[in-house]
Amino acid sequence: MEKKTGVFVCAGCGIAQSLDLESLKRDASEHVQGGICREHPCLCSPEGIAYIRQCMEVEGLNRLVIAACSPRVMHDVFDFGPGTVLERVNLREQVIWCHAANDEDTQMLAQDQLRMGIIKALECEPPAPFSQDDFSKRILVVGGGLAGMTAAMETAKAGYEAVLVEKSDQLGGYMKSVHKLPPSGPPYEELRDFDLQAQVEQLLATENIKVYQKARIARISGGPCLFDVEIDVNGGPVAERVGAVVLCTGAVPYDPHKLGHLGYGVFPDVITALQLESMFTSTSVVRPSNGEPVSSVAFILCAGSRDPDHLPYCSSACCIESLKQAKYFKMSNPQTPVYIFYRDLRAHGHYELFYKQLQKDGTIFVRGTVTGVEDDGSGGLIVTADDILTGAPVTTESVDLVVLANGMVPTTAMGEPFKAQTPAEGEETPAAPADSIIASDILNLQYRQGPELPALKYGFPDSHFICFPYESRRTGIYPAGTVRAPMDWARAVEDAAGAALKAIQCVEMTSRGGAVHPRSGDLSYPEFFMQRCTQCKRCTEECPFGAINEDEKANPLPNPTRCRRCGVCMGACPERIISFRNYSVGMIGNMIKSIQVPDEYEEKPRILVLACENDAYPALDLAGIKRLSYSPWFRIIPLRCLGSMNLVWIADALSKGIDGILLLGCRHGEDYQCHFIKGSELAQIRMSKIQETLNRLVLESDRVRLEQLSIADYPRLPEILESFAARLEELGPNPYKGY
Amino acid sequence: MSSSLEGNRSILVVGGGMSGLSAALEAAEAGFQVYLVEREPYLGGRVARMNRYFPKLCPPSCGLEINFRRIRNNPLIRTFTLAQVEKIIGEAGNFDVTIRMMPRYVNERCTGCGACEAAAVTKVPDPFNYGLSSVMAAHLPHEFAFPMRYVLAPEILGTEEAEKIKASCPYGAIELDMQPRLFDLKVGAVIWATGWQPYAAEKINYYGFGKHRNVITNVLMERLASPGGPTGGRILRPFDGKGVHHIAFVQCAGSRDENHLPYCSGICCLASLKQATYLLEQEPEARATIFYIDIRALGKYEDFYVKVQSDERVRLVKGKVGEITEDPESGVVTLQVEDQGSGRILKEPFDLVVLATGMVPSTAVDAIPSDPRVALDAMGFVLSEGGIPGIYGAGCVTAPMDVASCVQEATAAALRAIQATRRG
Repeated sequence: MEKKTGVFVCAGCGIAQSLDLESLKRDASEHVQGGICREHPCLCSPEGIAYIRQCMEVEGLNRLVIAACSPRVMHDVFDFGPGTVLERVNLREQVIWCHAANDEDTQMLAQDQLRMGIIKALECEPPAPFSQDDFSKRILVVGGGLAGMTAAMETAKAGYEAVLVEKSDQLGGYMKSVHKLPPSGPPYEELRDFDLQAQVEQLLATENIKVYQKARIARISGGPCLFDVEIDVNGGPVAERVGAVVLCTGAVPYDPHKLGHLGYGVFPDVITALQLESMFTSTSVVRPSNGEPVSSVAFILCAGSRDPDHLPYCSSACCIESLKQAKYFKMSNPQTPVYIFYRDLRAHGHYELFYKQLQKDGTIFVRGTVTGVEDDGSGGLIVTADDILTGAPVTTESVDLVVLANGMVPTTAMGEPFKAQTPAEGEETPAAPADSIIASDILNLQYRQGPELPALKYGFPDSHFICFPYESRRTGIYPAGTVRAPMDWARAVEDAAGAALKAIQCVEMTSRGGAVHPRSGDLSYPEFFMQRCTQCKRCTEECPFGAINEDEKANPLPNPTRCRRCGVCMGACPERIISFRNYSVGMIGNMIKSIQVPDEYEEKPRILVLACENDAYPALDLAGIKRLSYSPWFRIIPLRCLGSMNLVWIADALSKGIDGILLLGCRHGEDYQCHFIKGSELAQIRMSKIQETLNRLVLESDRVRLEQLSIADYPRLPEILESFAARLEELGPNPYKGY
Repeated sequence: MSSSLEGNRSILVVGGGMSGLSAALEAAEAGFQVYLVEREPYLGGRVARMNRYFPKLCPPSCGLEINFRRIRNNPLIRTFTLAQVEKIIGEAGNFDVTIRMMPRYVNERCTGCGACEAAAVTKVPDPFNYGLSSVMAAHLPHEFAFPMRYVLAPEILGTEEAEKIKASCPYGAIELDMQPRLFDLKVGAVIWATGWQPYAAEKINYYGFGKHRNVITNVLMERLASPGGPTGGRILRPFDGKGVHHIAFVQCAGSRDENHLPYCSGICCLASLKQATYLLEQEPEARATIFYIDIRALGKYEDFYVKVQSDERVRLVKGKVGEITEDPESGVVTLQVEDQGSGRILKEPFDLVVLATGMVPSTAVDAIPSDPRVALDAMGFVLSEGGIPGIYGAGCVTAPMDVASCVQEATAAALRAIQATRRG
């Protein structure tokens, strides 16, 4: 379709009072390539929208440039449907609200920003969603314990088909050995019965759930809506196509053999919480040493947990599980002496009421670090501890049984670390920091970057984001329950239901060609111009989501349904062969080239700002809303993620005479905030390689700076911008001006 | 999914805080029509007023921005601010809901230009800062408000100033005679996510909140530390605006206490550890003391606890604070507490005391107006079982919880709501 562009400049909100709109429109008209350029007193008003629509009809416009307020506001008003390319130029928040009115430099800024917007609109194509006719909307649930059973049932109840794969010959997982559950409803003091058998039967009778028992996942290839799963079951391999995966393989108790200092393996009457639970399930609660009934018991909490030599984290569920087991004893005989050795009793929320009940029941709580478990010489055990506060030693009377609350380790932590391919001789070492992947033989993903979900800390493939707890680093694979993070049973049930929804959402989004979080619904996806690929592997290595595989000749094999549309691959590619229809290296490059750079005698420096659109760009808006002012030399281009920054833009800008480039991205490092995980870090790494370009141009390295910024840092923006401008002033003008 | 299902497939989410936003977005992104109703003039709820989250110490605006953007890009979500649910009748798959829209006195023509604010002269207490500062009678709810639309304080209605403000708007956006408005929605399921309120600290009379100016609560501390807060993010003593050198945190202020809240509020330990870092970052010479019963840093939050605890400027004292007094001359507040380590009674002076007050579910204050009633426990939390099919609690109305758990639970609630719409 022929491009017909309409540029609409808003005169409202003080824009007409601050800028010379005639001159602005004149300049815009020169770049709009046969389009039109109009002005309206208030574009966002019903009259303004009607005016735009009328012009669209009369002039046959299919591209709109709206030069008014920030694209972060009036989004619902300026909505002209998916067929119209719409570019918003931010003249209000980022121009007139931060800069002097009726000033030559403010005017030049507005002209540059508008010109860049026009170039962008001209170079954008409406995205065509990725689609295949063999998409599946079925959900694979891996692991048939409480979380897995819940995920499968909830999926089916929502009207979707679930495929459940369990490695043992029975469903139920850990729950098979659970006698009763801690309280979860009023009065929050009574234990709760749990009928696993009924739940298993209900699940097996559910039409929409296909169950494989005694089965393991041999391999998973593909991506969302296109996952091909090979399952090893009795009688040979089975193939299933699914749309998304919920990972519910749970956790296992921490190896008690490593807890010899607490008497495990030394005394037969020192057992684990799971062993005790099994005794209650089998109704034979006796001392392993002699088969006699248990007439007194001591629980040792944090056995292995909160211990840098064992599990540094808190296993979350053990305090409550131990209270529950203490209650078993108190229920069978209220006179049984029950000791609980603890550090902090973590009975959060309503569990506090249960804790109170145990105190009323006469349970003896000792706040101490256990120093030893010893034989009393007559078959009993004595637990000694140091009181945490006073350091004074505390000992129990002789007890019959010692129970270790030995914490939990995620099943994903079991295995050898996966080693990324080592570079062949002559190859560069990969720039991207490798993911921590443990080959736990659970999913066996056929992904170039490794066979399992990347772990954060301690082997948990958890989300790093507080606001988005389901964001694993592999698209369409959602961990839930104790494999994701230490949690109690009630939380695991909720977690599994939530993960089931994320899986459903993923297949719904993907089947419409849209991206999942955080660019939810984005219909664009990267296309590769393979003829020019040099097999450098940067895109396959740097994709934060492992979306790109490789063939044996190192050609990238993109999986569009795994893609999150951050553009990190586009930023990584030295050959510039990766582009989105509405976001490309050439497009941003041409925007940069359209900036007018006055010659050095005019003493008007030009500084390019490449700003992360999630954090830095809103921060710039907030600076405007707060009417903070800063130098008018800056020209701002928002990026999907700083990781999509291609170094050629830096070279383009510098060789054009732009004095400096400021990259504004999210915090990286351990507590990173980048919602594409590594984007801002990758930009930092690429920056270190810019030196080569700068040397070639004989320019100072200080001309390029990266700042980490969150939205809440907006009060710092003027200082950040001014200090960079001041440094560039010291360096003097870029000698390439005028070339 | 079968398209022949009967019943109303839309979902009402009540409460636009973290839980409500998440529930609304997760359901809408799965393809369902969602109505999101929020009482305040902006979305974001309680977290919008926080400075940073534990354990990453990142600002809530980052995740909120992503969520707001998801709303902008999703035509399936309709949001109503300054709106409350008046009545819910019906059953799963077929609820009739009455919504009351409170007047904003500013209509959709508002561009956010600020002319009205420039025309205003009267200042009113800023509700966003819990009244710690004041704003113009015409104001943006806060600088990061979504939607970015002004609101008028009703106090000035009927004055000449109100007319001037009206005249100042070039777009005819000020409507001084705007009235509350009722309208009905038909939905298949309801998610109730109205969140929590801080326990009224003045009820713990021996702590002197409301009387001693240098005794504040943890929610006030969040505003004091926020860049958009009343002090521009500087933690200063309310008594005299002076800096803080020694701060105390009183844990379980009202929580785990049968005279107040019998349960544990779950998040206050971590909130105080976090708030200690706020001060220490600003004032490297400062000291923080945390008086606690147990430090409940579950799961990987343990790492955060270990990190803060290892800072030598932070002291943790196990003991329940008995009484707080303030010197009327200097504003110095003295805490009396039995140190369970030494068994001694400590009396220590501080510049500022932060009460780690707990969470009260909003449903304990404002019941869900449904017929029949949604079952609550004795403390006002929404029960997950035995309730009305089709109405689900999410987030802190079901139990005290942190932000990540709220999002997780809201996502689960979105699934249950989707399931309920199939039953119509």
